[in-house]
Amino acid sequence: MKELFVIAITVMIFVIIFQISKASEYVSVLKGEEKSRKQNNKINGFMMIAFLVLGLIGAWYCNELYYKTTLFPQGSGSVEGEEVDFMLKITILVTGVVFVLTQVLLFWFAFKYQEKDDRKAYFFPHNTTLELIWTTVPAIFLTVLVVFGLKFWFKVTGEPPVGHHVVEVTGHQFAWDFRYPGKDGILGKKNYKLYNKPTGNTLGVDFEDDKSWDDIKTNQLYLPVDQPVKMVINAQDVIHNVGLPHFRMKMDAVPGIPTTQWFTPQYTTAEMKKRTGNPNFTYEISCDQICGRGHFSMRGVIVIVTKEEYDQWISEQKPDYLTMFPNKVAPGSNPTIIDTTANKPLAGIVKK
Amino acid sequence: MSSEVTLQQTGAAIGQIHDTHHEHHHHQESFITKYVFSQDHKMIAKQFLITGIIWAIIGGLFSVVFRLQLGYPDQTFPWLEDFLGHWAKGGKIQPEFYYALVTMHGTVLVFFVLTAGLSGTFANFLIPLQIGARDMASPLLNMLSYWFFFLASVIMISSLFVQTGPASGGWTVYPPLSALGDASSGSKIGMDLWLVSMAMFIVSSLLGGLNYITTILNMRTKGMSMTRMPLTMWALFFTAVLGVLSFPVLLSGAILLLFDRNLGTSFFLSDIVVAGKILPNEGGSAILFQHLFWFLGHPEVYIILLPAMGMSSEILSVNSRKPIFGYMAMVGSLFAICVLAFLVWAHHMFVTGLNPFLGAVFVLLTLLIAVPSAIKVFNWLTTLWKGNIRFTPGMLFAIGFVSLFISGGLTGIFLGNSALDIHLHDTYFVIAHFHIVMGVASFFGMYAGVYHWFPKMYGRYLNNTMAYIHFWITIVGAYLIFWPMHYQGLAGMPRRYYDFSNWESFKHYGGLNEFISVVAMIVFAAQLLFVFNFFYSIFKGRKVKDPNPWKANTLEWTTPINPGHGNWPGEIPEVHRWAYDYSKDGKDFIPQNVPVGDDESKH
Repeated sequence: MKELFVIAITVMIFVIIFQISKASEYVSVLKGEEKSRKQNNKINGFMMIAFLVLGLIGAWYCNELYYKTTLFPQGSGSVEGEEVDFMLKITILVTGVVFVLTQVLLFWFAFKYQEKDDRKAYFFPHNTTLELIWTTVPAIFLTVLVVFGLKFWFKVTGEPPVGHHVVEVTGHQFAWDFRYPGKDGILGKKNYKLYNKPTGNTLGVDFEDDKSWDDIKTNQLYLPVDQPVKMVINAQDVIHNVGLPHFRMKMDAVPGIPTTQWFTPQYTTAEMKKRTGNPNFTYEISCDQICGRGHFSMRGVIVIVTKEEYDQWISEQKPDYLTMFPNKVAPGSNPTIIDTTANKPLAGIVKK
Repeated sequence: MSSEVTLQQTGAAIGQIHDTHHEHHHHQESFITKYVFSQDHKMIAKQFLITGIIWAIIGGLFSVVFRLQLGYPDQTFPWLEDFLGHWAKGGKIQPEFYYALVTMHGTVLVFFVLTAGLSGTFANFLIPLQIGARDMASPLLNMLSYWFFFLASVIMISSLFVQTGPASGGWTVYPPLSALGDASSGSKIGMDLWLVSMAMFIVSSLLGGLNYITTILNMRTKGMSMTRMPLTMWALFFTAVLGVLSFPVLLSGAILLLFDRNLGTSFFLSDIVVAGKILPNEGGSAILFQHLFWFLGHPEVYIILLPAMGMSSEILSVNSRKPIFGYMAMVGSLFAICVLAFLVWAHHMFVTGLNPFLGAVFVLLTLLIAVPSAIKVFNWLTTLWKGNIRFTPGMLFAIGFVSLFISGGLTGIFLGNSALDIHLHDTYFVIAHFHIVMGVASFFGMYAGVYHWFPKMYGRYLNNTMAYIHFWITIVGAYLIFWPMHYQGLAGMPRRYYDFSNWESFKHYGGLNEFISVVAMIVFAAQLLFVFNFFYSIFKGRKVKDPNPWKANTLEWTTPINPGHGNWPGEIPEVHRWAYDYSKDGKDFIPQNVPVGDDESKH
């Protein structure tokens, strides 16, 4: 009913606009087309300057309303993300100045140089000096932005610092699985053909490889604060994306091609609840690459805890191997003592 | 009698196209040869335009429906079920259908409206008229170009009606999602139809593009050197070059994807377990498809944008009564954009695990594009400076184009910088960026073109009052819709989400999403006002009495008000000067076909 009402009103507005438009065309013919054209020109010239002023006020008002909903006020959850926020602010500043300057010039010129009977347009086809200025100035600013950007880019795409630990993140329609390498610090080999839902080997872990015997599979990601973590990222079916807005990180999960990303969490979830004033605050993993009907619900949770809490938590987890082969005791696996800070050789993730 | 003539002509057309053309300037045309299988570039342009308008209504309507879901995620709309059946069970849009809408909205607007509808229309209409040619180099290929587009349209439309729905993996159709029917219902027969339709579309683009290039290079009238061409010609020329060099790469990607889907090959597939099934495919690379796609995909955004730039340049100059500032710099920057367009595609792939060094190269090349873009903006601003500006509807849209190009272009500096892209990639920030700079800005260029050249197309004017209302609602609405999305993006809100209510990080935007949806519907209604104005004015608009209503210099205004096939009744005019002698030596304008006087100053 409401919809019909809306449609009826829309149609009425259309009819009214149409009638006015037709009438104004007749009036302009009667009045002299030149005269009515000049009147319209004045109205549109005024609208130009009105649009500029109201638009700039609107942009400011929008910022008042929504700045607090962005991630800036709560700060970056990762040490590396601080640099992203800083660079974002610099870029906003530079582009903001250019934005205001060019929009003001555009609409001010349009208003100021609107047609007048006594005005002659100025024949001004080119001016090399001016053109050189606005070629070089943007080039210089861009160079600065590129240099800082690339410095950060090489840092976060390079190797993580010594002392980091490794977790594996696997995406599938429509959830995330996590695997910790256990005491040996090395993730056991996988082969997607070993996928077997009934036995619980949903990641296709190769249990012939003894490195896998102490690996721990979970569906929530616990990470200790202040320790760099390297994620080894896989997908089982289609492309997903490990989106970590609070840490300012993001990396695709591609079937057949493992990817990595690393960062250093700097606030525990509890600390972040205080910083944001939101008692429900959660570090969420959002899938950022369309992956099918449940894409919007592919949510993962990361819990950042203190080192002590982490050690406690991981000691309570039981390796999959022990669940799946209860009568075998994995040699050398002692799930109660896990030294995750030791600098171990990195897990070379071999697909098969 | 007339049908016999038609038959003979069609039979003879292939071999003797030029002969028929020159001998029968004023031959009797039947309805079929004049309006359906026409070889007149002006009629083909109108066919492209009207087909584009129909597609734009469909594509726009899709966005209204998915904005209903985003603005009112908790409500049901029982009347939707009456129209859409199981896609809106209980009046609630289903997730599969939401993704189908998003995918089709992108596909339709990017390819069918802003490529075929924009450069198909204006390249066809303007190239012969502005360079002084009687028609395209090959009117037959030109006609085929439209009919391949029509075929592509029919196939794409038919995919909307199959049981499992149309393609729904995003307009970028990344495999494996698009390759595996088990991964998504839209990846069943709907995806095959999508690929076949795109293949037809690419054929259409190539036929058109080769024709545009050939015509511009070979068929310019006497005196029309390349550097005397209006900027519209340069822009359409570079657009055609981009299309001809990049569309074949998409075709290869589409064909390989068809093979993977139907013939068991593994170009893009490896190590996949889907719906509990272990697939045998090994050794393919899902990322390879992205390279093939974006090698077209990035030039594609310039295929969409360059015609808008060219037409806005022309319209800004005519209505400021001033020459375009820095003509050679404008041509040079178009050329630079055209070259760089091929060298930046991987900036869409910064988070795919790309080699960091390669990523750095692409950052550098991407941000280089900002330089020619800046030159263009400042040159447009200087064109307005000290002008004597007439706000025709075309001029308003050209000014709006510049405003939107600035707003959307500046956010490109964020996204082209890989360090920031890691954070902003695939968020609402991206939606805001490309809708403003490519979507809305190019639409503004297209509207500017339609309002400016409508008198030449139909011998009548569009209604001005409706045009002004259309402009002001559209520009205000476009900013209201997309400006706040930057903030949502800075909150990390991912694009292509059906519902945000389960997300602690994103669920606080309910009010804003509703506001955006309401504005989107109003803006859509305003576009229908334009459509009404367009069709009404074809038949009832005020008649054009002055052959040169805008007092412009270019050659199309030297033709009769309603030019026939062949454009000029007598000799094609000779060109003596560039297209931008406005307000020179105290003369308001000097058309290109006026010889240079003895006392004329040089510039």
